[in-house]
Amino acid sequence: MPVELKMPALSPTMEEGTLAKWLVKEGDTVKSGDILAEIETDKATMEFEAVDEGTIAKILVPEGTDEVKVGAVIALIAAEGEDASAAAAASPPAPAPAPAAEAPKVPAPESGEPKQMETGARDLVASVARTEVADPEVPAGTEMVKQTVREALRDAMAEEMRTDERVFVMGEEVAEYQGAYKVTQGLLEEFGDRRVIDTPITEYGFAGLGAGAAMGGLKPVIEFMTFNFAMQAIDHVINSAAKTNYMSGGQMRCPIVFRGPNGAAARVGAQHSQNYGPWYAAVPGLIVIAPYSAADAKGLLKAAIRCEDPVVFLENELLYGHSFEVPKLDDYVLPIGKARVVREGRDVTLVSYSIGVGVALDAAERLAGEGIDAEVIDLRTLRPLDKDTVLKSLKKTNRMVCVEEGWPVCSISSELAAVAMEEGFDDLDAPVLRVTDEDVPLPYAANLEKLALVKAEDVVEAAKKVCYR
Amino acid sequence: MARAASSKGAAPRGAAKKQTPGAAPPAPNRERPPEPKRYKATRDELLDYYKQMLLIRRFEERAGQLYGLGLIGGFCHLYIGQEAVAVGLQSALEVGKDSVITGYRDHGHMLAYGIDPKVIMAELTGREAGISRGKGGSMHMFSVEHRFYGGHGIVGAQVALGTGLAFKHKYAGDGGVAMAYFGDGAANQGQVYESFNMAELWKLPIIYVIENNQYAMGTSVNRSSAEDQLYRRGESFRIPGIQVDGMDVLAVRGAANVAVDWVRSGKGPILLELKTYRYRGHSMSDPAKYRSREEVQAVRDKSDPIEHARKELEAMGATEDELKAIDQQTKQVVVEAADFAEQAPEPDASELYTDVLVGSY
Repeated sequence: MPVELKMPALSPTMEEGTLAKWLVKEGDTVKSGDILAEIETDKATMEFEAVDEGTIAKILVPEGTDEVKVGAVIALIAAEGEDASAAAAASPPAPAPAPAAEAPKVPAPESGEPKQMETGARDLVASVARTEVADPEVPAGTEMVKQTVREALRDAMAEEMRTDERVFVMGEEVAEYQGAYKVTQGLLEEFGDRRVIDTPITEYGFAGLGAGAAMGGLKPVIEFMTFNFAMQAIDHVINSAAKTNYMSGGQMRCPIVFRGPNGAAARVGAQHSQNYGPWYAAVPGLIVIAPYSAADAKGLLKAAIRCEDPVVFLENELLYGHSFEVPKLDDYVLPIGKARVVREGRDVTLVSYSIGVGVALDAAERLAGEGIDAEVIDLRTLRPLDKDTVLKSLKKTNRMVCVEEGWPVCSISSELAAVAMEEGFDDLDAPVLRVTDEDVPLPYAANLEKLALVKAEDVVEAAKKVCYR
Repeated sequence: MARAASSKGAAPRGAAKKQTPGAAPPAPNRERPPEPKRYKATRDELLDYYKQMLLIRRFEERAGQLYGLGLIGGFCHLYIGQEAVAVGLQSALEVGKDSVITGYRDHGHMLAYGIDPKVIMAELTGREAGISRGKGGSMHMFSVEHRFYGGHGIVGAQVALGTGLAFKHKYAGDGGVAMAYFGDGAANQGQVYESFNMAELWKLPIIYVIENNQYAMGTSVNRSSAEDQLYRRGESFRIPGIQVDGMDVLAVRGAANVAVDWVRSGKGPILLELKTYRYRGHSMSDPAKYRSREEVQAVRDKSDPIEHARKELEAMGATEDELKAIDQQTKQVVVEAADFAEQAPEPDASELYTDVLVGSY
């Protein structure tokens, strides 16, 4: 019985990949540890090693094949003593690319069955995938291109670097590695190592160095591999960057962008899964942006780099690989501090930001099926908060549910509830409800992780509750 | 099953340096800066340093008085005793070209960079006319025009920020160097070493200055530092260090020349440890119980930098009348600064909301 080699999952969120290169051919003898192939994911190129001994009987997926699903059979290995050609003939060739679900369920005696990892993050991504956002402000007739959030962010940086010599990008693995999440891909090649700078692992140090360079007159874009690591640097973000302009009576500025992924990723546990939106949004002197769509990521990152104030730009790892329509305009810059109504409705207002917008939109679709017409607002900027857009919507719907992939206590949702109480009390027909992650450190176990993360079902329930349905 | 492919092309930097077995270890034959010589000042130069040091001394004494009168609030850290450090070092820099950054004990560094005593004192009293329009206070003062970048209240923050200023000088190719002052206390902060690493790695033009006044608040260097010879603290980053008598302005200036030459010629950072002493407490609220009155008095009697310069000036032929006139002028400048700082109005209430952000959104 030949051993089936299956497309491995090389990262927690990988669904498919490119079989870039076979390093063995049919008839080759392989042993455990031999490199069989190079597989490209959206993040990196990885080597795929043999764990079984035997002879490559049949290569089922040729090199260069894109979109090979995780779990698809890509080759057969005949065990020692087995006739390789017979083994190849005996086994029906799997179609390539083969969706994971259709992969033949032949038990592999030694290698584990690769399958999609269980994670609550997938539910968040599924909400994003189910829904679409359109930008009403883009002029009619503008050509739109499909672009991932990752590409949009890269383009934003590249465009600003082309027009402003003062802009440089600094962080861990931003240059030669092309970005830990491939966001800075290609920047080193275009701009060179003077302007695209790999740092040692030294968050506090390079956050401070960046802030100093900004005080000196440059425009640094400081990438944190994730914002979880930026806690080591939060002193410079707040004490050095945010307070400088005020403490100097407007004399000394700190035009810097701190950017990187924020919020929960997939199955990475508590220390790597945290939303810092509420933390930074609490600080006067900072601009805090947390976009959802690729178009907003691009337009707002460009605005952030041009801004004379320090900006915390919170991205989301789960959204990096997701594609959205981005207007094809030479210089697509969006205003900071403006929320967007991403879905119009009249019965209830769902307010969210970042990946929570996908959850809110998904919930709005489901609510539509039950006769509730939900309006969805993407805050986009968390500080300054666009209260006008929220209050205007509240005036129309008289009900509000805040949706947030983050903790509930002292959250952006809490702030929105306070704004509604203080400035929209007469418009409220029901208490404002918060639908957020659970108030616990994010657990690792797949079932617990799913329970902890914000869910569209809960948003639906909350919306029905405030509509007294 | 899977592992990250090694990055394409470039091998890890360390790999090329691997020693073959049996080969001699690499000789640590790194270039080092020359041993600094005491600066041979002209009479006019020394007179100028003397005036600056005296201005700092009198200014700080007056600030202490105003604090006692309740005109200065919060934390106020005086520079008395350490004057030779800022004056000796900054006399070797070019105002407007080279950047200076320091911690919270910043009045002396500002005066040594030629910033108007009036606006400094008015900041201490929290007035609209203060250099930060009354919104910064003693620890948070800046003059971008002079390239004096603060005035930072978080111990050690200025080291990373100063490294960023040096990065800017290199990036812009403007020929400037950065000088980042910090104390023996800050020398134990982690970010100092994160900064050292990057500065040497990228050969940034920065002079790190440890003002070792021997006490981090009330904790002596011996009680806080495993390596108490602080000039050695850069060695593991290949940053050369020099220990300097911080009570002798000409010794300081001599070391400054070596440091500026080294840094400006592109050899990367350098570390100076200035052995100095503060006569007053850490801040105005510090009774300094951790050291004896005799210890302080002994330093004042034997090592005072201003007395030292005065004697040297006399030896160079400065007359008593000449020196007396300088004393009078300095006193007058400080009196005017204090009057200005007392009489200037507080910021308008509307200033509460200005300068939070530069842009409007």
